[in-house]
Amino acid sequence: MAFITANWNPLGEAFYRKTELYEMCWTLRDGLRDSLVAAAPYGGPIGRNIITPPVAVLSVSVTCLSVFQWKSGPVVQLGWTVSDELLCVQEDGSVLIYDLFGSFKRHFSMGQEVVQSQVLEAKVFHSPYGTGIAIVTGSSRFTLATNIDDLKLRRLPEVPGLQGKPSCWVVLTQDRQTKVLLSNGPELYILDNTSCTAVCPPGLSPQAGSIVHMSVSFSYKYLALFTDTGHLWTGASLYLQDKLSEVDTKKTTTPKQMVWCRRPKSQQPSVVLMWDRLLMVTGDPCVLVGELDGVRIISSVYQELLQEVPLVCQDIFKIASMAPGALLLEAHREYEKSSQKADEYLREIKEQSMLGEAVRQCVEAASHEYDTSTQKSLLRAASFGKCFLTDFNPDVFVSTCRELRVLNAVRESSVGMPLTHTQFKQMTLQVLIDRLVYRQFYQLAIEICHYLKIPDYQGVSRVLKHWASCKQKDLSDESIARAVCVKVGDSPGVSYSHIAAKAYECGRTELAIKLLDFEARAGEQVPLLLKMKRSQLALSKAVESGDTDLVYTVVTYLKNEMNRGDFFMTLRNQPVALSLYRQFCKLQEQDTLKDLYNQDDDHHELANYYVTASYREKRLDTRLSLLQSAVDEYNKAKNEFAAKATEDEMRLLRFQRKLDDEKGAGLLGLSLQATMEALLALGLHKQAEQLYRDFRVPDKRYWWLKLKSLAEKEEWEELEKFSRSKKSPIGYLAFIEVCMKCNNKYEAKKYVSKVTPEQKVKAHLAISDLEGAADAAIERRNDSEMGAVLSRCTTQDGSGPVKPKRPHSVAQKECNKK
Amino acid sequence: MAAHLSYGRVNLNILREAARKELREFLDKCAGSKAIVWDEYLTGPFGLIAQYSLLKEHEVEKMFTLKSGRLPSAEVKNIIFFVRPRLELMDIIAENVFREDKLHSSRDFHILFVPRRSLLCEQRLKEQGVLGSFINIDEYILDLIPYDGDLLSMEYESAFRECYLENDQTSLYHTAKGLMTLQALYGTIPQIYGKGECARHVANMMLRMKREFAGSQNQILPVFDTLLLLDRNVDLLTPLATQLTYEGLIDEIYGISNGYVKLPPEKFAQKKQGEASKDLPTEPKKLQLNSAEELYAEIRDKNFNAVGAALSKKAKIISAAFEERHNAKTVGEIKQFVSQLPHMQAARSSLANHTSIAELIKDITTSEAFFDNLTVEQEFMTGVDTDKVNIYIEDSIAQKDPLIKILRLVCMQSVCNNGLKQKVLDYYKREILQTYGYEHILTLNNLEKVGLLKPQTSSRNNYPTIRKTLKLWMEDANEQNPNDISYVYSGYAPLSIRLTQVLARPGWRSIEEVLKMLPGPHFEERQQLPAGLHKKRQQGENRTTLVFFLGGVTYAEIAALRFLSQMEDSGMEYIIATTKLINGTTWIKSLMDRPESQTP
Repeated sequence: MAFITANWNPLGEAFYRKTELYEMCWTLRDGLRDSLVAAAPYGGPIGRNIITPPVAVLSVSVTCLSVFQWKSGPVVQLGWTVSDELLCVQEDGSVLIYDLFGSFKRHFSMGQEVVQSQVLEAKVFHSPYGTGIAIVTGSSRFTLATNIDDLKLRRLPEVPGLQGKPSCWVVLTQDRQTKVLLSNGPELYILDNTSCTAVCPPGLSPQAGSIVHMSVSFSYKYLALFTDTGHLWTGASLYLQDKLSEVDTKKTTTPKQMVWCRRPKSQQPSVVLMWDRLLMVTGDPCVLVGELDGVRIISSVYQELLQEVPLVCQDIFKIASMAPGALLLEAHREYEKSSQKADEYLREIKEQSMLGEAVRQCVEAASHEYDTSTQKSLLRAASFGKCFLTDFNPDVFVSTCRELRVLNAVRESSVGMPLTHTQFKQMTLQVLIDRLVYRQFYQLAIEICHYLKIPDYQGVSRVLKHWASCKQKDLSDESIARAVCVKVGDSPGVSYSHIAAKAYECGRTELAIKLLDFEARAGEQVPLLLKMKRSQLALSKAVESGDTDLVYTVVTYLKNEMNRGDFFMTLRNQPVALSLYRQFCKLQEQDTLKDLYNQDDDHHELANYYVTASYREKRLDTRLSLLQSAVDEYNKAKNEFAAKATEDEMRLLRFQRKLDDEKGAGLLGLSLQATMEALLALGLHKQAEQLYRDFRVPDKRYWWLKLKSLAEKEEWEELEKFSRSKKSPIGYLAFIEVCMKCNNKYEAKKYVSKVTPEQKVKAHLAISDLEGAADAAIERRNDSEMGAVLSRCTTQDGSGPVKPKRPHSVAQKECNKK
Repeated sequence: MAAHLSYGRVNLNILREAARKELREFLDKCAGSKAIVWDEYLTGPFGLIAQYSLLKEHEVEKMFTLKSGRLPSAEVKNIIFFVRPRLELMDIIAENVFREDKLHSSRDFHILFVPRRSLLCEQRLKEQGVLGSFINIDEYILDLIPYDGDLLSMEYESAFRECYLENDQTSLYHTAKGLMTLQALYGTIPQIYGKGECARHVANMMLRMKREFAGSQNQILPVFDTLLLLDRNVDLLTPLATQLTYEGLIDEIYGISNGYVKLPPEKFAQKKQGEASKDLPTEPKKLQLNSAEELYAEIRDKNFNAVGAALSKKAKIISAAFEERHNAKTVGEIKQFVSQLPHMQAARSSLANHTSIAELIKDITTSEAFFDNLTVEQEFMTGVDTDKVNIYIEDSIAQKDPLIKILRLVCMQSVCNNGLKQKVLDYYKREILQTYGYEHILTLNNLEKVGLLKPQTSSRNNYPTIRKTLKLWMEDANEQNPNDISYVYSGYAPLSIRLTQVLARPGWRSIEEVLKMLPGPHFEERQQLPAGLHKKRQQGENRTTLVFFLGGVTYAEIAALRFLSQMEDSGMEYIIATTKLINGTTWIKSLMDRPESQTP
């Protein structure tokens, strides 16, 4: 404990420390020479591809997970995806994906042109969108894929003057865009989707020479450039605007690797580590892995973590520190020795009222320590200090204890995930569980879930899902179904379809169907059922879900799979699917629609179909024959009215055609009413009369029609004759109003005497004869009518209430009746 | 900008923000400059979520309307199609893409499906051979759009037609999904009530979806206590009646679309008398209507007859406020006055606008035609002579009044009489066909299919029973100071809202008989809440009910629910959700079939 600062090295204002994580036990003949090595961040696994003999080795820290023969072509670059899969980028641009246990999963290509021009260099990078790959080809072109799970290749624009590969390059993800920063001799370019821009880092002295190495920090925020004269420039990577520092390292050889080592929120201008300097330290070839808060150094013997000592640890452990945390630690130590000094230290902290801060410091420092005994002593001190506080919130203390327990468990060399607390917080518990699952540490994962009380659907269920999918590879049908059901049961949120899909992949269709039955989500069942050719079942599941798009999908699938008869029969058993398919046909396949109605003997819809079709038809004969079909179907459907109406329509069409031919009246397509109007306007009274009788047009409507038509043509004599032809079915007030509308007061007056007594007042008012109106109202002794006259006398705008008054409306009705 | 969404009992701005966030995320996926090609139908609803400025911030430089042919040229990196998942639109997109490729090759294509991506559409794109041209194919889940502080709409115009006429339950699936999203943001709704076939279907899907996501229950304290799902076909009568609230009348006369109304400009031009009165604006005046405008929030739900008084009262207050300046003596007082000026000026211009609108409406409501129409409607609703041919309708047909007006009245008579005598029905139908054309036989068939028109089958007309039990007609509705929801139709209390009101107190058990007369099942479901989320209600705290109208709701019904929320002793606050805001005209229009005649 006393030596805790022994491995601290000061640099600038901060200290750096190196913690040994594991002793490596891989057998290496030539160390790490002659092999490609890739290690995933966040304490991830390590992959090696040894060139001679061609083998690939996958290991997690200490334990070797798998070794297998490399049979494919030469590998340019190795990398890990976010879900712990190994990516091998080959010279011909194909990318192979292996899982942690060395089994091949899938492959894809970085484009056709690469096959010819070959991949010169490749980089695997991580961004918010997932894991990406960038390559530079023999024709000096860059191609990017930002997310290999949703592969979209982007060919970046050409870089002017670039021959072969650039001297160095990195991939940056910022501003939600992925860009490539590259140097070609003294020039520096930023390459994005659309353009290639030359940039110049500010403050880089001109004599610095050309850039030979560059490195970007874990967060993509900072950039380091190394020039051939040994200058090291660091700055913000965003538009290369702010320079942080420039150092002359006095070394002109190019470092092999250069990685940022930086703690999040560190005040210190961050530090870059170089291969050659480290070489001096270890004297052995090794690999650097940039982490969120430090650098992992993997050599053939050790795996170590180099990091800036967190501030709070510095405060506590710095020699002669008077920080409250340090005092508390000391107080506790004295207390354990049963020394009264404990009280002195405590008082000192309390006097400054810093006890809360002291506890907080101890808890935080404990979380950053790797050594369990140090963790313990810090936590004990915190717990000791806590006793003297009345209102201390214990949440942080409790959660830190829990998290440390989990971290210590995964750091065990048998699991081999050297995660720091900061990394753990960043990558979240969810991801940790996922990664344990990828490594098939199911038991540990479940225990962690229980221990941290994670809701089932986020924790245990997911683990079980993976377990069940994995289980299928090596057991018989029966035992699997049993095993899966016993373990998984109905834990909420387990995706049975996922398990079933795996079963199907392994060629176990029956098992898959069995498993699918447990799936609650129809949306998940259907695609798989279709894939397994269980289309009937898929259809009923789709209907059950209520998701119409899903139903449509199955229906289109069925349509292509089955013969028409079977298809229709299937639909018939699923009314929801049938009506959806009808909708589809209405828009897309009118003819099929007809067949559908025919099959169902749905005469009514069939008739409607013919009617609709008739309107699409240009030629009258075809139109009439379609309408005749409609009449037949309406008759079959026992809809007499519609049949009669359609017959009328045909009759009208024929009539219009005839008159059009004879007189060029242009009637075709008009409604009956409009036809009569047109006839009257043309003076063809006889024909209008004929329609009126043939179609049994009600008297009232015909009278209105004729009245208006005559008034419009100003045939006043005709109108008067017409009014006397028989008793008007629409009364005579209508005559007055129509005349007034044509501004003929003289004609209007003729009809005033003919109106019923109830309408007298209105009639007088209509021709603005206020006196007459008043007389009529007095004669009828009607208050409301008097009121109406009065209101007309005082003001021209008669604003009545919106809500009708009851007596009035009744009165009006009576007028109408008479 | 959207502050009014957060004023209410439930902060609907959370929903809007969630939608905006998702939109931004999608736009950022397509790096570089962009042009959006809009399915025209979507622009209105999107306006409620994001203004152009948001799009512009994310490098949207051009906007086009989706149409066949070649895309307009634009110097952008990305072309994004915002479309509903419809096959006919896919064909247009395919054509756009085909024409494009020959000219440029550098533009990237993306599709954003609203509200859900569709395998069927992707299949169609694949058949057309363009699926591979799209870099991103995504969905933008926009089911329920916050429309106002207490109002959500899916803006799904054809929902009623699809559900009741075509037996296509797509809109119901979206409804259920939307309600799940809502529950994810506002907590599980413990009680679900419903009436009608569609309501049952939605509730079933919700329960099923909940099972599917079992375990992933959110730990949010429920904001809503109750969900009430109502089928529109339970109450076919209400939308047919002419709405008599201020907002309702604006909608009836000018049509409110996505929160905006277009008004004839003449009335608004006169206001600026000082300057040029010479160039009268010919463009219609476009106004946004929502509760962000203080005055509008105050008068929107009033009966139109009470609006005049409210406006003149407001005018007095405003001019009094302006008079204050004479009383301001000290520098401090003047400063305070000046600081209030912008608010006062806004209030004054708002007053001017609404005075103009009220004048426009008054011209119509005082006309004889409006009066006569209303009289007939009220006769039907009170059950006067609903079993014979109505003279007013007959005359209106003879005068060739707009067909929709006729259909509204005939349907209303049929609904109020529980179907028409075959003779009467046939007479109306024949009159309509002869006057407006035989092609309308399809529309008439549609109306019969959804139950708006029907022949009387049973001898018993149960409408009077329903009317009496639910007190649908209140003889003396107080329009100025209402004490009952019937004020929104000057006498008629909307059936749908009565059902809601009775549910709150005394409960549906008291009206079992009537519920059985209305179509579809009525039901009650409970959703288990995770332990610890049971609300501890404080004394006097109101309960919150979400009322979802499947197939549309009118502004007058909304006004009635707001009235109930404000009633002191109701103890219930209502949030309203619907597939679409409708009125009788838009509703009937959505049910019409118009075959386009090829004959010249």
